[in-house]
Amino acid sequence: MGLFDFLKKGLQKTKETFFGRVVKLLKGKKLDDETREELEELLIQADVGVETTEYILERLEEKDGDALESLKEIILEILNFDTKLNVPPEPPFVIMVVGVNGTGKTTSCGKLAKMFVDEGKSVVLAAADTFRAAAIEQLKIWGERVGATVISHSEGADPAAVAFDAVAHALARNKDVVIIDTAGRLHTKKNLMEELRKVHRVVKKKIPDAPHETLLVIDATTGQNGLVQAKIFKEAVNVTGIILTKLDGTAKGGITLAIARELGIPIKFIGVGEKAEDLRPFDPEAFVEVLISE
Amino acid sequence: MFENLQEKLSRVFKNLSGRGKITEKNVKDAIREVKLSLLEADVNYKVVKEFVDHVLQKALGEEVLRSLTPDQQFIKIVRDELVRIMGEKNEPLRLVHRPAPIMMVGLQGSGKTTTCAKLAKLLKKEGRNPLLVAADLYRPAAVDQLVKLGNQIGVNVVHDYNKTPVEIVKEAVDVAESTGKDILIVDTAGRLHIDEEMMKELEEIKKILNPDEILLVVDAMMGQDAVNTAKVFDERLDLTGFVVTKMDGDARGGVILSIKYVTGKPVKFIGTSEKIDGLEPFHPDRIANRILGMGDVLSLIEKV
Ligand SMILES: Nc1nc2c(ncn2[C@@H]2O[C@H](COP(=O)(O)OP(=O)(O)OP(=O)(O)O)[C@@H](O)[C@H]2O)c(=O)[nH]1
Ligand SMILES: Nc1nc2c(ncn2[C@@H]2O[C@H](COP(=O)(O)OP(=O)(O)OP(=O)(O)O)[C@@H](O)[C@H]2O)c(=O)[nH]1
Ligand SMILES: [Mg+2]
Ligand SMILES: [Mg+2]
Repeated sequence: MGLFDFLKKGLQKTKETFFGRVVKLLKGKKLDDETREELEELLIQADVGVETTEYILERLEEKDGDALESLKEIILEILNFDTKLNVPPEPPFVIMVVGVNGTGKTTSCGKLAKMFVDEGKSVVLAAADTFRAAAIEQLKIWGERVGATVISHSEGADPAAVAFDAVAHALARNKDVVIIDTAGRLHTKKNLMEELRKVHRVVKKKIPDAPHETLLVIDATTGQNGLVQAKIFKEAVNVTGIILTKLDGTAKGGITLAIARELGIPIKFIGVGEKAEDLRPFDPEAFVEVLISE
Repeated sequence: MFENLQEKLSRVFKNLSGRGKITEKNVKDAIREVKLSLLEADVNYKVVKEFVDHVLQKALGEEVLRSLTPDQQFIKIVRDELVRIMGEKNEPLRLVHRPAPIMMVGLQGSGKTTTCAKLAKLLKKEGRNPLLVAADLYRPAAVDQLVKLGNQIGVNVVHDYNKTPVEIVKEAVDVAESTGKDILIVDTAGRLHIDEEMMKELEEIKKILNPDEILLVVDAMMGQDAVNTAKVFDERLDLTGFVVTKMDGDARGGVILSIKYVTGKPVKFIGTSEKIDGLEPFHPDRIANRILGMGDVLSLIEKV
């Protein structure tokens, strides 16, 4: 089942109720006060945030024609990025995965590895979370599960050294992809953000263009703090895309809309479960449907 | 990114000082600033609506309209209302049985396993004799994680990869009784509140344990959906309280207000570090300023 069908199936019920009501309210009409308030409520409750919600509503008021179609257009405009991965001409393709605690980094590393392995690529996973208890074991289980090599040091080791070894290993053995799992860290912790910059720098020593992708993992349940997270991680390690996880829950991940609009960071993947195959490339149209459903 | 609410409010009220009386419109403008501030702090939309309606009624009373320091008078009303909802003082654990079972539940990645170990350490320091139970057999290396944390703090961990979560909990009850442990802390797998099968599992574990405490672990960075999660977990399990983790970041923690408001259950602890000693009893009266995005206005208000 494709992503779109997958999400649509999940949304069937809600579409018949609340979303259906909004569709009825907006379709073929311009925005009036009542619908404006209902839409505002919907967007705020999807964690889109006050500012971006206001932006969307103002844009909507400017537009003529079918309000529903206009709404979709506006949201798609915000999300209109090139989501292609920046794969280098020469392997290895190095991806670094970062984010605050517990968002789904390690799991997403496993899922990404699976995706590449399924494409016939050889994958190296770097266990650069040397802090969290059993983070290394967790990644090793993922490595076994999806058929990727795991490069690890012992707990408490220097994360940059692990990343360095993983890239060196991939270069020596002609591996296609390196995925670096990093420890969860709050963006407010200066020393931990510096540690992350060091990982970034050390990888560059081996391959100047690497990491080719630095993916920030954002949990779909995240509220307005997600915007600050994205801002500071972007400043520290030049985030190139977002993996939006846990969209299989009831949260909508609307904060990524604010992130896309204000910081220009595209969503590249979404996570829709805990299994290896539960990662999908981001589809903006399907996301719009998720966002404005209840 | 966030302008200080206090500054915004003084602006609203200052516009008219010197020009005489404060009007209803001023109060409504002030209310709007509070509303935005709460939404930026991730307080749930519906909770915000009810909250500001309540504040509006109070603020339209004579006090604010007549006051020489309307902004401070107004903030006081808002703050008092927040504290009223969240409660004044810390609600401690209520451990009555021996061994006293504590169940830790919540969404994926919220901080359950870490909190189990932190709580064990805290209780051990108080002279109790806790036992940890690894009942997450799904998430890769979840058992290893708890075992490692248990080793760090010198607390035994009941675990067995070949058992189901329900079986391991049964075993743990026996182990606790036969080894004279007085507290049983059970780590469960992360799950979505809409995952019927996994929610049933928790109900089964609850039946076996008859826990003194069922704590829902909630991430401080959580947005609007927190109320749905809290409501469903509470309906299914009749929670005794919450632990709000990752408070060491800069999330404003509006979730604290939301979950208390919709369930009436107290936040008992907050997590303040990824380290094993980062757990503190929660004092609701101290959090109002953070949710409102204000500095320390306590001293200011005391002057009113
Ligand atoms: N439902 C759901 N759960 C997910 C998804 N992605 C990850 N998880 C779960 O979220 C929890 C945390 O995932 P991890 O991959 O360990 O998160 P992390 O960011 O590596 O955590 P730290 O390394 O501790 O910061 C685990 O229980 C995962 O199974 C998803 O898309 N949907
Ligand atoms: N900064 C900070 N990190 C925390 C806090 N509590 C937990 N964490 C981190 O959050 C991440 C997830 O914690 P876990 O205890 O593994 O979460 P969990 O709920 O058991 O996760 P699952 O079992 O996968 O559902 C880890 O990186 C923890 O170190 C806290 O209070 N502050
Ligand atoms: Mg991890
Ligand atoms: Mg856990």
